[in-house]
Amino acid sequence: MKQLFTFIRKEFLHVFRDRKTLLMLFGLPIAQIVLFGFALSNEIKDSRIALVDYSKDAVTTRLIGKIEASHYFDIRHTLADADQLNAAFKRGDIKMAVIFPVNFGDELIHTGKATLQVIADGSDPNQATTITNYLQSIVTDYNAELAQGAQQPLQIRPEVQMLYNPELRGAPNFVPGVMALVLMLVCTMMTSVAIVKEKELGTMEILLVSPFKPIYIIISKLAPNLLISVVNLFIILLLSDIFLDLPVKGSIALLVFCSILFILTSLSIGLLLSINAKTQQAAMMGSLMGMMLPTMLLTGFLFPIENMPLILQALSNLVPSRWYFIIVKRVMLKGLGFGAVWKETLILAAMCFLLFAISLRKFKIRLQ
Amino acid sequence: MKTLYFILEKEFRQLLRNRQLMRTLLLAPLIQLILLPLAADYTVKDIQIAVTDNDHSPTSQRLIAKITASGYFRLAGYTASYPQALQMVEQDKADLALQIPAHFERDLVRENSKQLYIAINAIEGTKANLGGAYLQNIISDFNDDVRIQWNVSGVENSQSTPGDSQQITAGDIPQVTVTSSNWYNPLLKFPLYMVPAILVTLVTAMVAMQSAFNIVQEKESGTIEQINVTPIKKHIFIIGKMIPFLVLGIVLFTMGLLVGRILYGIVPLGSLWVLYLSLIVYLFSMLGLGLLLATYSFTQMQAMSLSFFFINIFNMMSGVFTAVDSMPGWAQTIVATFPPSHFIKIMRMVVLKGSGFSDILPKLGAMALIGLFLNTWAVLNYRKTA
Repeated sequence: MKQLFTFIRKEFLHVFRDRKTLLMLFGLPIAQIVLFGFALSNEIKDSRIALVDYSKDAVTTRLIGKIEASHYFDIRHTLADADQLNAAFKRGDIKMAVIFPVNFGDELIHTGKATLQVIADGSDPNQATTITNYLQSIVTDYNAELAQGAQQPLQIRPEVQMLYNPELRGAPNFVPGVMALVLMLVCTMMTSVAIVKEKELGTMEILLVSPFKPIYIIISKLAPNLLISVVNLFIILLLSDIFLDLPVKGSIALLVFCSILFILTSLSIGLLLSINAKTQQAAMMGSLMGMMLPTMLLTGFLFPIENMPLILQALSNLVPSRWYFIIVKRVMLKGLGFGAVWKETLILAAMCFLLFAISLRKFKIRLQ
Repeated sequence: MKTLYFILEKEFRQLLRNRQLMRTLLLAPLIQLILLPLAADYTVKDIQIAVTDNDHSPTSQRLIAKITASGYFRLAGYTASYPQALQMVEQDKADLALQIPAHFERDLVRENSKQLYIAINAIEGTKANLGGAYLQNIISDFNDDVRIQWNVSGVENSQSTPGDSQQITAGDIPQVTVTSSNWYNPLLKFPLYMVPAILVTLVTAMVAMQSAFNIVQEKESGTIEQINVTPIKKHIFIIGKMIPFLVLGIVLFTMGLLVGRILYGIVPLGSLWVLYLSLIVYLFSMLGLGLLLATYSFTQMQAMSLSFFFINIFNMMSGVFTAVDSMPGWAQTIVATFPPSHFIKIMRMVVLKGSGFSDILPKLGAMALIGLFLNTWAVLNYRKTA
């Protein structure tokens, strides 16, 4: 036991001696959380559009005024001719064009019906559908104004309530996601590099010939990383409370417990990677480049998992951050207790145990 | 020139000799490019809805049938009370809850108006927004059906016009209608939009940042000192470090385009020359960034932490997944200094819309300027430290 503590002390000294790296390990994840928390959102607003008004009458002016007033649209151009649209789309200047045909107002008044044309840049399907919907609702609004006075009978009035995130901010969705992403990648990477570095420098050999049990080597390697990650976690939680107005609604103890479980899982992945990698570069490539995009996409904070093909849905079950993301959302944002997350916690615990057991078994006590 | 040739030979040998690295560099991105676009789909469908029907009238039954038949919603379950439905939302068993209050039908007839209650889990903004909008559209449609069925007037049932986006107009109240079309991707296929961008992020991660590791590796193992004492000029050394990764980037990019073509049927509409020219300018600026990071790092761990930081920020903020236009102004200014944000735009423009050289020139110029700036900074800084 005494051996182990000495060894853990050595590892801590290694980590804390290198101030610059330490600063990066703390500073960079925090910078990301703050940056993403403030900047990212799934909402689509201020889309640049062009108007082509062949009619220029009171009706079109009124409609254009309504479009201008909406924060969803940013009118960049008022074009005289629809022929210029293609060029504007190709330059990427605009995302949508609204075309009012000639005699728009006259037709509306005399025939009671007028049609305006919307052309969206379909290369971004999400934005195209969304802004077409926005415009549609502006027009519906206008129609309602026209219909005023004529009372509609049998009115069904839906009353909509947005739960948990009434202002539809981006942060409540992105902070838990980025937390999962950053913790997972940083932990994996730190561990994999720490072990491979000893291999690369040749000091691993010395460790292996010493009367030191392999499990002690592993534990002492993991200890400083665990501490760094937990400190990171607390800083992130504090920052999201102070700056992003996202306090932990549920039990902090539960969240920290699950987070430590998640951190241990990620550390074990790093361990596993380090066993197979020969150079630091290979370890990094595996942990960082190989895992970054899959983690990003399969955690479920960018795209809904239930939309994915079955094979990817199955694959996403293997990504620890997916389960952690669910836990954070429920505990931190909804304030639920252990009863709501026991299944996810159990899965994380099983993953952690399994990964650790595999890496312990595969840990080579000989170099070649 | 001859020195450069030898340096290049050394670099290529070192790179190609490392089989494990080469495998990761080339295979991992391909596998990701094959699988990941399938994961990136925003289309909102199968929204789980929990229904509390306290009315149990034919009208409420028909409304529920209409909602579930729409294709957007899937019935997660009926609950006896609204709090139970809300609990299903809480446990993520349902995305939204709908309550049809007691005496819904009766009150609708008697009082000419009646509320419905909808609660939406708004943590995921897109889903909440679209789900709410779909549901309200369906309800408003249903409302029209009810009016027609009960043939209540004040409203002449004018003939309904075909076309799904058009409402049944009521009598002689004037109506503006909208016809919409989507250019460049009329079927609104998501992979078409995602594949070019994911390819860029893969090239960034796999290649552009490798130069940083590579140089720091020489620092850590001490071989850089050996090179420093030889008469090799600094810029030749740097060019020698960059060219192999430039080549690797081009190879990877080409493989990616082929995968996109074979699997997703994406054929660039614009000219390939414009694409490759932009790629080279892009790699130039990203390799410059890698070099700069290398001059500030002493260990591979540091180089990696820094590159991870930048790559993650580039991935999240360059408009791959979320629209740059909706970010706050200060964030948009920051994003404009990221080379990937420009290259991703260029890729999407050239591949999907067939934009030409003059269309992308401003973005290409911005990228070249950033590249020049980063490389100059790196070279200046390199001289001092080495």
